[in-house]
Amino acid sequence: MPDTERSLPERADSTITMQVARYRPDADSAPTMQEYVVPMREEWAVLDGLNYIKDWLDGTLSFRWSCRMGICGSCGMTVNGDPALTCGTFLTDYAPGPVRVEPLANFPVIRDLVVDIDDFLRKLPAVQPWLVRDDEQGVDGVEFLQTPAEMDEYKQYSMCINCMLCYAACPVYGLEPDFLGPAAIALAQRYNLDSRDQGAHRRMDVLATAEGVWACTYVGECTTACPKGVDPAGAIQRYKLTAATRTLRSLLLPRGSR
Amino acid sequence: MSELANASPNRREVSTPGERASGPARPRTYRPRISRLWWVHRRSYLLFALRELSSLFVAWFVVYLLLLVAAVHGGSGSYHAFLEWGSSPWLLVVNVVALAFVVLHAITWFNLAPQAMVIRLRGRRVPSRMVAAGHFAAWVVVSAVVAWIVLGAGP
Amino acid sequence: MTARRSSAEAAAWLLFGAGGVVSALLVPVLLLLFGVVFPLGLLAPPEYPHLAAVLGHPLTRIVLFGLCVLALLHWAHRFRYTLSEGLQLPRLRAPITLLCYAGALAGSVWAAVVLFG
Repeated sequence: MPDTERSLPERADSTITMQVARYRPDADSAPTMQEYVVPMREEWAVLDGLNYIKDWLDGTLSFRWSCRMGICGSCGMTVNGDPALTCGTFLTDYAPGPVRVEPLANFPVIRDLVVDIDDFLRKLPAVQPWLVRDDEQGVDGVEFLQTPAEMDEYKQYSMCINCMLCYAACPVYGLEPDFLGPAAIALAQRYNLDSRDQGAHRRMDVLATAEGVWACTYVGECTTACPKGVDPAGAIQRYKLTAATRTLRSLLLPRGSR
Repeated sequence: MSELANASPNRREVSTPGERASGPARPRTYRPRISRLWWVHRRSYLLFALRELSSLFVAWFVVYLLLLVAAVHGGSGSYHAFLEWGSSPWLLVVNVVALAFVVLHAITWFNLAPQAMVIRLRGRRVPSRMVAAGHFAAWVVVSAVVAWIVLGAGP
Repeated sequence: MTARRSSAEAAAWLLFGAGGVVSALLVPVLLLLFGVVFPLGLLAPPEYPHLAAVLGHPLTRIVLFGLCVLALLHWAHRFRYTLSEGLQLPRLRAPITLLCYAGALAGSVWAAVVLFG
C-alpha cells in the first residue's frame, strides 16, 4: 500500500481495540484490564499502539521500550497470551481484535506493563558470560585468532538480547523461581563453546546443579518464544549431555586423567 | 539496556512527595499465582504434559511384560490364561491407551534427542533432522527384528 | 543459587536418557503385539513352545532385564518431575523422588526374580 499521505493518527480509517493490563501498586491489589481504541495501520506494531495510547489517550500507562527494532530487548510483553517483543508484533496480525497486552509472565509486576527483572540480572553474571582466561595477560599484544568454523560453534547463542521472553515462556521458571533459566544457560554455552574461552569448568559449578540444567524438563517453549533464534532449549539439552558425560568420567577415571 | 517509557512533561506524578522523600523504597509488586492446571492452558504445555505422562505407561508396560514372562515360565496353561486375561475389554482399553502414549513417547523422544547430540562427520555437524531420521530408521529396524523373533518366522 | 554440582542428578539424567531410548525402540512394538494385536486376534499369538524357547535364551533374558530396569529408571525420573511440578508440590519433592526411585528399585528386583529366578 503506497504511503501517500502522513495523516494524523486520529484520521485512520480502521481501528482496533487494545486491552491493556493496568496495575497501580498504590491503588490496586491485582491488575485490571483497560480498553483503548487505537488506529490500525499496516506498519504499526503493538508498541506503536501502546505509544499512541500514551501520547493521545492515557499518559499514565507505563511500559518499557527503547530501540523499536528488536535489538534492545526492552519491550517484551504478553500479547494475546504469547510472550513477544511488542516492536516486532503487528496490530494487523490481530485484526479485527481485540489485542490483549499484559506484562511478561513469571515476573513480579511493578506497574502496568513494567516487570521486575532483578532476578534475571542477578542470575546472568553468575554464569560468567564473558571470556574467561586462565592466563591473565594484559590487553596489549593479545590476539585470539578464530576460524569461521570455530565462530559458528557459538554464534547462534551470541544472538541473545536478554529480552527474557524465554523466562516468560518457561513453566519451570514460573514454578521454581530458583531455576537459572534458559537465557542464562544459553549465554553460558555461548562462552563455553568459544574457542578463546577457558572458563567452562568454572561455569559448571553453577550450571550442573539441581537449580541449573537439571531443573529443566525440556518443555521447549523458550525456543519457540525466542525472537532471535537462539534455541535455549537445545543449548540446555546439549549441556546436560556435556555435564553428564564429564561427571561420569570424573567418577570413573582416577584424578588427573580427566 | 532499557528505559521506562517516561511521561510526557506535563504528566502528573502518581507517587506522592512523601513517598519520594523516603528514598528508594521498593514499590509493592504484584506476583501472579500460577494455576494448578497451568499445563492445560496452552496447547504446547498440554502436549508436554502428555509427553511426560507417557512415562506412566512405560512403567505399566514393564508390569504387563513381567506378568507375561511369569505366565510363560508357569507353563502352557498359565500362558493361555494370560492370553485370555489380556483380551478382556478393560485391559484392551488400557493397552490401547498405553500404546498411544508409548508411541507419543517414541516420536517425541526421537525428535528431541538430536538436540542434545552434536554429531560430526568429516568435521561438519550433521543436521539434527538427519540425526532424527537415523533414530526413526533404527526404530523401524528394531521393531521389525522384535516382531520377527516374537512371531517365530526364524528357526 | 547455593546449589552445588550434583553427580546424582547427572547419573539420574543419563539413566533416564538410556531408559528413554530403549523404551522408545522396544516398547511400542512389544505393546502393539502383546497388548493389542494378539488379544484382538488380528494375528495368532505365538505358540507356547516357541515363546518359552525365546524367553529361555539367556540373551533374551538379559535384554529384557535391561529394558525393565532402564524403563523403570526412565519412569522414576520423569514422573517425579511430573508429580512435583504438574501438581505444584515443591515441598514434597524429596519424598516424591524417594518414592519413585524406591518403586523403580522394587520393580527391578521383581524383574530379576521373574526373569532369572
